[in-house]
Amino acid sequence: MTKVTMTVNGKAVSGDVEGRTLLSAFLREDQGLTGTHVGCDTSQCGACVVHVNGKAVKSCTMFASEANGAAVDTVEGQTNADGSLNVIQQAFQDHHGLQCGFCTPGMVMSAAALLKENPTPSEAEVREYLEGNICRCTGYHNIVKAIMAASGQDVSAIAAE
Amino acid sequence: MPRDTGIGAATLRREDVRFLTGTGEYTDDIVLAKQTYAVFARSTVAHGKIKSIDTSAAAQMPGVLAVFTGDDFVDVGGNPAGWLINSRDGEPMKEPKRPVLAHGKVRHVGDAYAAVIAETVEQARDAVEAIEADIEELPAIIDMNAALSSSTYVHDEIETNQCFDWGWIEDNREATDTAIKNAHHVTTLELVNNRLVPNAMEPRASIGSYKASTGEYTLHTTSQNPHLTRLLISAFVLGIPENMLTVIAPDVGGGFGSKIYHYGEEALVLAAAKQVGRPVKWTADRTESFLTDAHGRDHVTKIELALDAEGNFLAFRTDTKANVGAYLSNFSTATPTFLHGTLMGGNYTVPLVYVNVKAVFTNTAPVDAYRGAGRPEATYSIERVIDKAARELGMDPIELRRKNFVKPDQYPYASAAGLEYDAGNYDALMDKMEEVADISGFEARRKASEAKGLMRGLGVNAYIEACGIAPSNLVGVLGSRVGLYDAATVRVNATGNISVMVGAHSHGQGHETAFPQVVSDMLGIDASTIDIVHGDTSKIPFGMGTYGSRSLAVCGSAVVRATEKIIVKAKKIAAHMLEVTDQDISLNDGVFSVEGTNKSVTFGEVALKAYIPHDYPLESIEPGLEETAFYDPANFTYPSGAYACEVEVDPETGKVRVDRMCAVDDFGNVINPMIVTGQVHGGLAQGIGQALVEQTFYDEYGQLLSASYMDYTMPRADDLPMFQVDHSQGTPCVHNPLGVKGCGEAGAIGSPPTVVNAVVDALQSGGHNITHIDMPVTPVRVWEAMQNAK
Ligand code: FES
Ligand code: FES
Repeated sequence: MTKVTMTVNGKAVSGDVEGRTLLSAFLREDQGLTGTHVGCDTSQCGACVVHVNGKAVKSCTMFASEANGAAVDTVEGQTNADGSLNVIQQAFQDHHGLQCGFCTPGMVMSAAALLKENPTPSEAEVREYLEGNICRCTGYHNIVKAIMAASGQDVSAIAAE
Repeated sequence: MPRDTGIGAATLRREDVRFLTGTGEYTDDIVLAKQTYAVFARSTVAHGKIKSIDTSAAAQMPGVLAVFTGDDFVDVGGNPAGWLINSRDGEPMKEPKRPVLAHGKVRHVGDAYAAVIAETVEQARDAVEAIEADIEELPAIIDMNAALSSSTYVHDEIETNQCFDWGWIEDNREATDTAIKNAHHVTTLELVNNRLVPNAMEPRASIGSYKASTGEYTLHTTSQNPHLTRLLISAFVLGIPENMLTVIAPDVGGGFGSKIYHYGEEALVLAAAKQVGRPVKWTADRTESFLTDAHGRDHVTKIELALDAEGNFLAFRTDTKANVGAYLSNFSTATPTFLHGTLMGGNYTVPLVYVNVKAVFTNTAPVDAYRGAGRPEATYSIERVIDKAARELGMDPIELRRKNFVKPDQYPYASAAGLEYDAGNYDALMDKMEEVADISGFEARRKASEAKGLMRGLGVNAYIEACGIAPSNLVGVLGSRVGLYDAATVRVNATGNISVMVGAHSHGQGHETAFPQVVSDMLGIDASTIDIVHGDTSKIPFGMGTYGSRSLAVCGSAVVRATEKIIVKAKKIAAHMLEVTDQDISLNDGVFSVEGTNKSVTFGEVALKAYIPHDYPLESIEPGLEETAFYDPANFTYPSGAYACEVEVDPETGKVRVDRMCAVDDFGNVINPMIVTGQVHGGLAQGIGQALVEQTFYDEYGQLLSASYMDYTMPRADDLPMFQVDHSQGTPCVHNPLGVKGCGEAGAIGSPPTVVNAVVDALQSGGHNITHIDMPVTPVRVWEAMQNAK
């Protein structure tokens, strides 16, 4: 067991972890932050995406000990200060970019990272960026639309509803 | 976009807020006090005789609390099939026992033969490694043809690998044969409907708990239908009295059919919880999901279509082998039969239909209903063979379909496959599809593709499907062992807000938003004061759950009936308050009033009166305002549609890209168009996935070579286009109160043949004489087909 310390959503946390404890498990089990989901065991689905020092990371590919000293952000910390949905979350709701919600935390975190890198991505750029996030429910149409809307682009030409 | 909250409004989903903020509660998110963990020992061979299992070392491992094997469950029941199919000779199907843990033999890779319960997952996993199982490998039965001629049996006690040999409609058999023999033209197509893995993004998970002081069990589980799971565990598997077992399915992260069924892991965690005296949790990893979730499709089919000289359809004859895998999953026998054979007339006025289905046991994962369940298989066969016929006869594929459509004045229409279609307008759907898909612009787009060196193809189809399977007394005659109604309770609280307990259970469909829209519309009160309770057998009356696009058509109808009862009673109370008779009362916008007067009381005042019944006609009306309804539909509902797809095929690589995908569907009336459109999108993605990329591959030894996302290709964002979706041509269902039909599966039913028709069209346009390529139409398959056609 080693002790790790990090900030999660701006709050200092620490815990004792085994060498093999993944960051995803640390967040879910030690920290009770179950918004970060685990959908696979081969780092393919992206349900577990969080930000580590501002970069999108699949938290199932990183040991908790590797995040020692890092600033970690999860879906639980994404709302505006008053608790309302942030612009990306609101766009996902407005454009029905989620159904069962299981892929959603990873999608929201990936979208945030994308828009930081590329504030007005094209449809093709959004689709390409989401290569590492699988959604089985939505067919991606409304996710792509939501992310483009969140970037301030006019999506009214993309089929309604 | 309307932002009202009643029927027809694109109301935003209230459940989204918790999902978007990471505060949803899925089964694996739940932590019960002192919970322990189960890990299963699973077979690494497809078929083997269990000679011995030595668990003594495992039991001594750190943290281990209990170890179970098949021996511990020999005295309990098996997980049953929910539908009895009789073979053509009248013999009932073969139903070998499906035990909680494998006993005697293991029958597919992933078949669980032991389980360890430990303090931590890691300890349980380590202990599973220490189990010594002596399993003698037997020849694996994988190919269906080989299975039927083999003298090695998946289940030795039945001495065959054939589950049943079903004919539909047997009385049509000879006439169909004759029609095909004498027809002007017969088009024949042999095809494979590829096996798919449902791949809900949330893996299955279950937590069993037991309270020794009362004998009560609770199961938290990833289920589309908690009551059915309770019924199966209680009545068939463990024999726990239903009133001693609560099944709770919290937020469920997708299902697509795979979470309808009861699985052995659910029984194991309950039995284990009692033995260790603490909750027991199991969560599948993705590999376990691939190996053990019920798969979908897996049909091998020969279809023939007979036509006269004018292109009128005379008969469809279909011969199908359907893989049921190693054990019968709960609906596995209904899927290739009554959900498939009965749809083999399609949207057409064909006089004769005959279907033969042989269901085959193999050493593979059980196969059951997956989004569409039987109807995609039917639609794919029909719409591919029609396309081939059009090509052979030199007819336009749209015109050939139109020529044979059931026409609007023919409803109710008795199909040759035994169904009665209640409403539809296939020509209107085709018209709309031609407009939305801009069929007239196709040739210009083809030229543009050709200028880039790509072959472009257009594929169309028309489909009909059957949802909300019913009525119970008919399906009972046909072999169903369950009723197919649903139930709802509308509870008006004293302060006027409303809880609606529904038997349907959302796993992504937005029930918490859509059902209140119905009640809001009927009572004229704001939907924000109405909420839905679902997924907990202790809180809702009963329910058959969510599958087969049935939630709104069946459970929604129960909600309507219960709300109607509320209105009847509330009007009586209002009549008393206003000193008139209830016939004088009308309800508008949440206010009960007496016509022609200014006398009125609000819905809230009536509710309060019902719970504080001072000055209340107790002799004729009970206090309280709560009503329950069970609704058993009179017929299936019949959504239908017309789809178009345009693909570009790269002649160098064989790579297919879907450029345009248009779905025009008739869902009858629509409650929330935003949700309906989303359902179509998801279905389209799964259908395109089936057509182009998804491939489940068992090798000859029964090893599942596609058991991870490295090997099983899931459709990703950059595999798909934006979709064109329209549902403006609805013809309301005539037999349910909302006039709704169901929209959950349509996209997955209509799209696969559309895509493959488009690929064949593209290849033909490039001068390749190719009439069929099996799904998934991968670059390798396209490239090989082009080489072989040279
Ligand atoms: S759980 Fe991390 S990528 Fe799937
Ligand atoms: S919303 Fe269900 S997996 Fe994306």
